[in-house]
Amino acid sequence: MIWNKTFECMDRDEMRRCQSKRLVDLVERIYNNVPFYRTKMQESDLAPEDIKSVDDLKRLPFTHKQDLRDNYPFGLFAVPMPEIVRIHASSGTTGKQTVVGYTRKDLATWSEVIARTLTSAGVHRHDFVQIAYGYGLFTGGLGLHYGSERIGATVIPVSGGNTARQILLMHDFGSTVLACTPSYALYLADAIEESPYKRETLKLRVGVFGAEPWTENMRKEIEDRLQIKAIDIYGLSEIIGPGVSSECEHQCGLHVFEDHFIPEIINPLTMEVMPEGEKGELVFTTITKEGIPLIRYRTRDLSRLMYEKCKCGRTLVRMEKCSGRSDDMLIIRGVNIFPSQIESVLLEIKETRPHYLIIVDRVHNLDILQLQVEVEEPFFTDKISELQTLTRRIECTLESALGIGVEVKLIEPKTIERSEGKAKRVIDKRNIQ
Amino acid sequence: MMTIRQLSIFLENKSGRLFEALDSLAKEKINILALTVADTSEYGILRLIVSNPEQGQKCLKARGFSVNLTEVMSVYTSNKPDSLATTLKLFSDDNISIEYMYAFQFHDKGVIVFRTDDRQKALKVVEKSKMELVKQEDLV
Repeated sequence: MIWNKTFECMDRDEMRRCQSKRLVDLVERIYNNVPFYRTKMQESDLAPEDIKSVDDLKRLPFTHKQDLRDNYPFGLFAVPMPEIVRIHASSGTTGKQTVVGYTRKDLATWSEVIARTLTSAGVHRHDFVQIAYGYGLFTGGLGLHYGSERIGATVIPVSGGNTARQILLMHDFGSTVLACTPSYALYLADAIEESPYKRETLKLRVGVFGAEPWTENMRKEIEDRLQIKAIDIYGLSEIIGPGVSSECEHQCGLHVFEDHFIPEIINPLTMEVMPEGEKGELVFTTITKEGIPLIRYRTRDLSRLMYEKCKCGRTLVRMEKCSGRSDDMLIIRGVNIFPSQIESVLLEIKETRPHYLIIVDRVHNLDILQLQVEVEEPFFTDKISELQTLTRRIECTLESALGIGVEVKLIEPKTIERSEGKAKRVIDKRNIQ
Repeated sequence: MMTIRQLSIFLENKSGRLFEALDSLAKEKINILALTVADTSEYGILRLIVSNPEQGQKCLKARGFSVNLTEVMSVYTSNKPDSLATTLKLFSDDNISIEYMYAFQFHDKGVIVFRTDDRQKALKVVEKSKMELVKQEDLV
């Protein structure tokens, strides 16, 4: 099933023309309305009239997450604030969040791309969609919500957590579609087996999973244990949220909604565009967004692009399932975490030194983050109660800063490897790539 | 000096750590008079009264341990039943809060070691009831 045949099955030449026209409009708009981009373009001796088609895309400068941070909170917005009707945010590399804004038209675009996402997964208006992504500043919950409403499905906005209730409602309401992170889907699979509701009493048929990387093995396990079709969906809040690309029923790559987001693959070190089909870092240009349009945003996700027409009939370029990152960002239970965030918190706590180790693991299908901190003399008091209070204080401060719970483990001094170059700070024991 | 110095050592709950710490002291020929371990599921604090606390701290630090010297109070009691309870009552009657406590036999006497944040109040009790304070030089 295809939501928007006009664009999803568009002839490639026509798509190129459409993208070129939108790109030209975009460059004009941001040059005139976003000082950051105007300056950047002037620094490269570029004026809007120099950009005539998508062939000129590679002449434009890149945008980095740091740019959003430097212009926190609304410095990159391209419209006056009264036109912004929604704000969302995700994790930044240290203290501040990455903030995005949407105009009314942006929200309509977002619903459109989610409608395409859901339709490509086989979801329709007779479905009951249980949204177990978090609602709030995170784009997952509300993104799936408005798109599900757009296709006319019955939306059940449960949000994240409270597993026992998720299963109860799944049973009582007869949910047919599950939207959540893939690791939560496995966690639910375990919980259902232990619950009073057996799988046969549930009506689940399809799942749309994203917000974190997951392997083909995980997909197989989710499909076997939940007895559903598990579709990979991709997005990031800087680009729009979920709805940047989605798998179709053939599960052979994610169709990018390139009439809205032009994808490129670059070499993360040289920043040159890679030859077609080769692996590298995904970059997106948002050609229809009004609130916070971005030019050549570096996602740090690694993938490759496939331009051959798909069996489903869509001509949209497909991206391969993401196979890692070109930076050190971690995704824990769907939340982006940067080791540098943890380091800034530790530096603020006077009792701790920056000798720490982050251990990431997945236990019973739930990601856990353990921070091992060396006990230095000033830190080490003779009272167990004080050590416990301090541990808890570090845990609370971290949870507040990161948005997820962290387990702090005190270890003896000099047990963390010292290195001459960049210290290895993270050990990821999960098998997710 | 109204207090004696105790070695407080941080130990991870790993096999062999306790042995490592005690072995370092043994190699320096430091005599251990009393020992107690306070533990949680993740780590423990090893507390020791030794013949030479400063040297003990030095050699443990050299072996990579996190060590502090803690000032604790210590009094003699007679080495017979009821003496510990009687002594403790004198402190609790005055509402002195005791963080932790342990005791050992020293020559023909008993020794009580305890940590309190109410040190001034505790000293008054010691003076009033004519208890004998243990001095660091006694333990060499």
